[in-house]
Amino acid sequence: MYDYNDFDEQFVRERVAQFRGQVERRIDGSLTEDEFRPLRLMNGLYLQLHAYMLRVAIPYGTLTGARMRQLAMIADRWDKGYGHFTTRQNIQFNWPELRDVPEILEALADVGMHAIQTSGNTIRNVTADHFAGAAADEIEDPRPVAELLRQWSTDHPEFQFLPRKFKIAITGAPRDRAVTRAHDIGLRMIVRDGEPGFEVVVGGGLGRTPMVGQVVRDFLPKADLLPYVEAVVSVYNLLGRRDNKYKARIKITVHENGIDRIRELVEARFEQIRPMFGGADQQLLAQLEQSFSAPDFLRKSTDAYYSARNADPVFRSWADTNLAEHRDPDYAIVSISLKAHGATPGDATSDQMRVMADLAERFGHNELRISHEQNVILPHVHKADIPAVHAALKSSGLGTANIGLISDIIACPGMDYCALATARSIPVAQEIATRFEELNLEHEIGPMKIKISGCINACGHHHVGHIGILGLDRAGVENYQITLGGDGTEDTVIGERAGPGFAYDEIVNAVERIVRAYLSLRSDASETFLMAYRRLGAQPFKDALYPKEDEADAA
Amino acid sequence: MTRAFTPKIVTANALLEGDVIYLTADDRWSRNLSEAELIDDEAVAQLRLLDAERQGGVVGAYLADAIAGSRGPKPAHFREAFRAKGPSNYAHGKQEDRKHV
Ligand code: HEM
Ligand code: SF4
Repeated sequence: MYDYNDFDEQFVRERVAQFRGQVERRIDGSLTEDEFRPLRLMNGLYLQLHAYMLRVAIPYGTLTGARMRQLAMIADRWDKGYGHFTTRQNIQFNWPELRDVPEILEALADVGMHAIQTSGNTIRNVTADHFAGAAADEIEDPRPVAELLRQWSTDHPEFQFLPRKFKIAITGAPRDRAVTRAHDIGLRMIVRDGEPGFEVVVGGGLGRTPMVGQVVRDFLPKADLLPYVEAVVSVYNLLGRRDNKYKARIKITVHENGIDRIRELVEARFEQIRPMFGGADQQLLAQLEQSFSAPDFLRKSTDAYYSARNADPVFRSWADTNLAEHRDPDYAIVSISLKAHGATPGDATSDQMRVMADLAERFGHNELRISHEQNVILPHVHKADIPAVHAALKSSGLGTANIGLISDIIACPGMDYCALATARSIPVAQEIATRFEELNLEHEIGPMKIKISGCINACGHHHVGHIGILGLDRAGVENYQITLGGDGTEDTVIGERAGPGFAYDEIVNAVERIVRAYLSLRSDASETFLMAYRRLGAQPFKDALYPKEDEADAA
Repeated sequence: MTRAFTPKIVTANALLEGDVIYLTADDRWSRNLSEAELIDDEAVAQLRLLDAERQGGVVGAYLADAIAGSRGPKPAHFREAFRAKGPSNYAHGKQEDRKHV
């Protein structure tokens, strides 16, 4: 785990002190809102529909028990006793008061956290595979590189005013759990001739013009990573369109100039700046690799796990959905669902945060992760301890066995909180989860990703949902558009629009029709929704969504 | 043909808490939509907005459509209805305050 050094500590404290002064000047009237707004955004403070919102970065989704506990303390002391974990591995507090924000930032700094560059046209929180350092299929832990990128990008003088926000995602495994192809830069580790390096993808993004990123370099040796990423960002910084906010993301730059032209420019810039790095980045990386070294894995019997599986069907069902394969066969990766049926996706109460912090400290080598799917991960749990972990989770409302299933929904805050929203997304997620719970179909349906955004900005990743839902405002009423067949893995596909949208009170029924069509069309239970969709195409699902008049009458 | 003017209210967020507030006819800011001044005239609405923007303690004042109700103005659009009530997933915001009175 990386801990702040003196330089980081001093930098963050100075920023807090600066912001404290800015808040005072705003309150006494010496700063206007126009002057204050960019300053608060630089510190992650938004103004939403009902209140301020503070967005705190969780770099590459990694937390310790102490950090999680501090988030719980902040939620209790300055918010309403809960926090919202987001698809960008941030946590958002929905109810802070302006006067308290400097105190909150101070409390974050106490545990080596901050809210810097969680907004604005800067390089945002670098996101990573939430199974990093633990997954069985991983080549190398990507977090040292992610931390290197974080240090390099934080307060980087050249990149504080990019044409638009800039998001980097990284994975150390060939299986992409970090949606790297939907990021401005996606880094996917691969091995060539025994040497680990990265496939570098640029120009992915969702939002109003969704695009799948393209490969700019098929193999980049690890040692060249920082100068290469800097070359990409600096080419974009010059070439990106500042004349039109909607054309300012690098995906448009790549689209307009073509990937070949971008590659030429990036490679030229890379040649130019590489000598200037002079090896300092590699020394730092070597140090960082030390601080992320694997925990001392325990050696003890795993019998308790297998006997619990045999004895307790509830435990077995949870283990089947919520555990993933660890690189150490005596261990497992535990995904804690923040998607209890009917609850708000991604929300955890302060009590739940403390339970998760305790479990990490007692059974998880003091590590926690936040996944982009808005769940919490205990990456390293010895199998012998899993029954105890499950029992503790179950008694705190955290034992839902639904990872990867239909109720494990990503939903953005939507019109319940967000000032940009055109419709609500949270209650749609709540009602879909409740419906399929009542129907008792969830486990029969199998792997299914539903993702919901409350406006075209696509913060809920709806384009890459197997079923995507986009909330719109159609003539003053909420209306929900469905996309089908999206996929956020290494084979990223943007979903296809199914047809006309549905009213708020129709959208859950519409989803049920798609699912029932799938159940009747699949060749057998091993054919997932996505596989069936790829085999059959959209038509049978559209037929189910939009039944012809006479059939509808007969039904 | 000119379109009929939809009545307006002036609304903003309070600087300190961020809470939704409404301009009243007697130049106060109320947390309650029902106390807002309903403005029938476009020119007056613009002037009231200018008045509002000059005041401290408020952020992002704008004109929102509203309709006359038996107990003061009511929201014309669902966004304003949510602003007047609070989020739908928890009884937080204004609906929470109302529980206490
Ligand atoms: C105050 C609330 C928020 C605001 C104002 C906001 C604003 C935006 C905007 C304007 C875009 C479109 C950017 C573009 O296309 O250039 C966007 C995209 C995105 N946001 Fe948010 N967002 C908010 C909350 C969230 C939350 C809660 C999450 C995580 C759950 C999130 C994650 C994302 C993601 C993943 C994208 C799409 C990927 C991309 O950047 O292309 N945002 N957001
Ligand atoms: S998708 Fe739209 S509604 Fe949802 S959080 Fe993003 S900006 Fe807000």
